[in-house]
Amino acid sequence: MIMARGLARSFKTKAGPVDAVRAIDLDVAAGEIVGLLGPNGAGKTTTLRMLTTLLLPTAGSAMVAGHDLVAAPREVRRRIGYVAQAGAAPSAGTLVGEELVTQARLQGLSKADATARLATVAPRLDLGGLEGRALLELSGGQRRRFDVALGLMHSPSLLFLDEPTSGLDPQSRANLWAHIRSLRDDAGVTILLTTHYLDEADALADRILVMDGGQIVADDTPDALKACIAGDVVTLALADAAEVARAEGEVRRAVAVREVVATDSALQVTVDEGAVAVAPMLRALDAAGLRPTSITVSRPTLDDVFLTLTGRSLREGAEGEPVPAEIG
Amino acid sequence: MLTETFVIFQRQMRILLRNPVWVFFGLTQPILYLVLFGPLLKSVTGGGLGGNDSWRIFVPGLLLQLALFGAGFAGFGIIQELREGVIDRQRVTPARRISLIFGRTLGTMVTIGVQGIVLVIVALPFGLHASWSGIVSSLVLICLLALGISAASYAMGLILKDEDSFAPFIQGVSLPLLLLSGVLLPMTLAPAWLRHISQANPLTHVVDATRALFRGDFGNHDVWIGALITLALGVLLAWWGSRTFARQSA
Repeated sequence: MIMARGLARSFKTKAGPVDAVRAIDLDVAAGEIVGLLGPNGAGKTTTLRMLTTLLLPTAGSAMVAGHDLVAAPREVRRRIGYVAQAGAAPSAGTLVGEELVTQARLQGLSKADATARLATVAPRLDLGGLEGRALLELSGGQRRRFDVALGLMHSPSLLFLDEPTSGLDPQSRANLWAHIRSLRDDAGVTILLTTHYLDEADALADRILVMDGGQIVADDTPDALKACIAGDVVTLALADAAEVARAEGEVRRAVAVREVVATDSALQVTVDEGAVAVAPMLRALDAAGLRPTSITVSRPTLDDVFLTLTGRSLREGAEGEPVPAEIG
Repeated sequence: MLTETFVIFQRQMRILLRNPVWVFFGLTQPILYLVLFGPLLKSVTGGGLGGNDSWRIFVPGLLLQLALFGAGFAGFGIIQELREGVIDRQRVTPARRISLIFGRTLGTMVTIGVQGIVLVIVALPFGLHASWSGIVSSLVLICLLALGISAASYAMGLILKDEDSFAPFIQGVSLPLLLLSGVLLPMTLAPAWLRHISQANPLTHVVDATRALFRGDFGNHDVWIGALITLALGVLLAWWGSRTFARQSA
């Protein structure tokens, strides 16, 4: 469905050229849900904007939905849906149904077809009955489902979603995830989405591409990626360095550890399953007369995936690079 | 392409007409000029002013001002649309880029046409006596100019992407053009140096043409020069505007 080779984009900024995307190769097969995961400024949105014909690549080529991105952008546009990052507050005077029909008509549907399509798409995204509602009056979750509906009005075979659930509450996120999954499962839509949430990529994607510094640094299934992540970290707070040293010995005997980091007052133990390891750890420490003042278990985060993959922490502008403006 | 243009036009007009603040002020603003400034001109003499003839000088000037400011600031709307994601959402459709901008431009032009008609109708009871065919042809010229200016304004909005630079830019460009065109008072009252500068301003010729048309003086060479300049300016700005829009859309 997507085949990109050496796709690159650089922007001119006052500080000199910035390579937002550096010659990436990217393949998405029909029927796949692929997640593009990375921090802000990694080049996810730039990649998406190139693949959706909104931005001309400075180098490389891509076939999207069977057509060349640069040579036949209109053919590509006919076949793809694009849901941009959540935008600013909508204009007063715009209504859900009218906006959806307008979008469909720009996609080339006749007035009758557009209206008929509205009747199928709106209920599918739980927007049934809201057709006459002003966009300004929609909740965050409704607004996002409306955005997705806009991208679906012309029944595209390929859908691009840019940070679909950013800023939504957990319930609305789960709800939107269910909708996205059903698009693939019931309607056979191929989906490429960007996210900076590990749980989102994990919940939705068959395959995750990790992006950093304009490059794809990993391409694998969520399970395979998680397997290479350090595991859970159990942190035990103790009185002094002597206690920490004794505790380390006890812990190593009690459970299978991957890694141990000792400081003067705390012991950080990396294990496969934090929740399972805590009980035997505590029993061993208790038997040795050690009483940690606090225990915390932390699940791996995107930061940890990142650390493992790139050897550096996931922080915006970590290299002091300017984050390129999303030039439209 | 026509359908796409119409779909965009329809959307623009829907949003506009649902805004009661706009409907009220958009239509009453031209009237304010007539009521609060027009009477002053009746007692000015010279340059064709004085008495009820003043309205034939003043109303064409107001029409030009309407086109310049009304269409000049049209680009404000596109900056909001850019933020909202409407522009991107329309760019990913196969709709032709030219339809996307001309649908909007057409909306602005129709708006200005309607405001112009209101202005002329309200001016009648104040004492405007003018050639009807002259009024109609003036409105056509003004609409053509508005078409070009608004296309350029939309393009500038996309280039600047920010109201804080867009507003001073438009103000900075349109104010000298307006003052130099003799919109408020005819340039025949100006000292020689100012008159010479104003001759270089294309809008001077537009307003001269509409003043001659209001007098019903169709044979006047001001009419032909002004009409040609309006046509050239409108087409040039519209061409530049749509080309920039297409380029910004990749």
